[in-house]
Amino acid sequence: MYPASFDYSAPETLDEALGILDRRGDEAKVLAGGQSLIPLMKLRFASPGVLVDINHLQGLDGLDEHDGYLHIGPLVRHRTCERSDLLRQRYGVLADTAPQISDPIVRNLGTVAGSLAHADPQGDWGSALLAAGAELEAQSAGGTRSIPLSDFFNGPFETVLAPNEIVTLVRVPTPTGRSGGAYLKLERKVGDFATVGVAVQLTFDDGRVGRAGIALTAVAPTNVTAAAAEQALVGQELTAETIAEAARLAADAAEPRSDLRGSADYKRRVVQVFTERGLRRAAAAAGVAVGGQGATGPESGPMVAGVPRVTPEAARPPAEGEETFSGQETVAGVMDELRRKEGGPE
Amino acid sequence: MSEITVTVNGQPRTAEVEPRLLLVHFLRGQLGLTGTHVGCDTTSCGACTVLLDGLPIKSCTYFAVQADGREVTTVEGLASNGQLHPIQQGFHEEHGLQCGFCTPGMMLVSKALLEEIPDPTEEQIRWAISGNVCRCTGYQNIVKAVQWAAGQMQGERAATD
Repeated sequence: MYPASFDYSAPETLDEALGILDRRGDEAKVLAGGQSLIPLMKLRFASPGVLVDINHLQGLDGLDEHDGYLHIGPLVRHRTCERSDLLRQRYGVLADTAPQISDPIVRNLGTVAGSLAHADPQGDWGSALLAAGAELEAQSAGGTRSIPLSDFFNGPFETVLAPNEIVTLVRVPTPTGRSGGAYLKLERKVGDFATVGVAVQLTFDDGRVGRAGIALTAVAPTNVTAAAAEQALVGQELTAETIAEAARLAADAAEPRSDLRGSADYKRRVVQVFTERGLRRAAAAAGVAVGGQGATGPESGPMVAGVPRVTPEAARPPAEGEETFSGQETVAGVMDELRRKEGGPE
Repeated sequence: MSEITVTVNGQPRTAEVEPRLLLVHFLRGQLGLTGTHVGCDTTSCGACTVLLDGLPIKSCTYFAVQADGREVTTVEGLASNGQLHPIQQGFHEEHGLQCGFCTPGMMLVSKALLEEIPDPTEEQIRWAISGNVCRCTGYQNIVKAVQWAAGQMQGERAATD
């Protein structure tokens, strides 16, 4: 497949890049990692008149923490996030997301900011960064503005960015106190888009939830925040009951559509299960115990869109000989668990 | 048209290219390096994997103009002085291929892996090759081939220390 012809420019300075965008308007596209844009061009879904390759701009690939924020420059690749000790230490939901983006080869080129600007509702970073409370800086020849990520997505592949703007920074507030996060992604195979993804980032204050971030992938026209679920947790201790209630509210926030990856009901149920697991993993990562294990079973729980409430895993001991997995939906996690089971691959 | 100079397997190569020319077509069509394969052409299968400044990328999802001034390694760059690279030898010893279509990509991601992690676990190997699809082997012998190469390369390093 060959993309349509385009002009190529590889400016050396940001001002030069912004000048080209200003002159060429909406026929211009910014090329960062290109791992979404180039496939779209090959399929002729996109035929920009000019590509502005920003890979030659200096100083845009920083991933560091200062002034109370994590700063992610527009040329920070997924690969860098995957290997970042800083993310592992303090930004659990981001560290958990990075190795689940596409596949290792794509992660060598693709960028965090580019993924946000692409605004695919099946993209993973949108949810992770919503859960983390991120905001963006967008720059044009006319100046710079800040945009909360929660105001950024307009619809599938649509954002509030003007054609002459570049995302020049993604900013994530540094959590204070005990915090932990998790990203759970259901995919058919490595490299596939998410069937469902759930991002969770929790900050605790004296054993209670101080801030809750919960966001969903691939179950709405954009990455969406499960606001009611977040609000229900703030000020609460994490117990089987508060977790189950938040998971129910998160499932309510999903508007999935049936497609080849699964039915709407199935996806909604996965949101519920993943929210429960995500909250438990985030609490474990923060070193906070989950109290009150007296959970309700599937018989007594209310229904969510015709789906029985799912029993929290920790509340139900596995039956004799039953296959159980802890919810590590990654190659690494599944391999690890298979290996611990009798008869698993050596 | 843009003039580019790309160092391919250690040799600087200069050419006039259309900006829309994909790196894989530059390598195959203009340089005649047909060891880099076109598989899915949709960024999924990894058959077109090459190393760009040492890191694996999918050359069907990268424009040749972007590689201007950079270094590209293809499967043709693995052997030197008529000697197979230990990774190539490993695929031979452990029968790490059947049809061979995915093999150049598998070997190049393995090269980058062993440079980053000289003694990888099986899980790390499977993780590293997870962007490359093989429809023949079931991956078992590919993993063994990479393990063989890791052992060989560590032995070589120990011998030269």
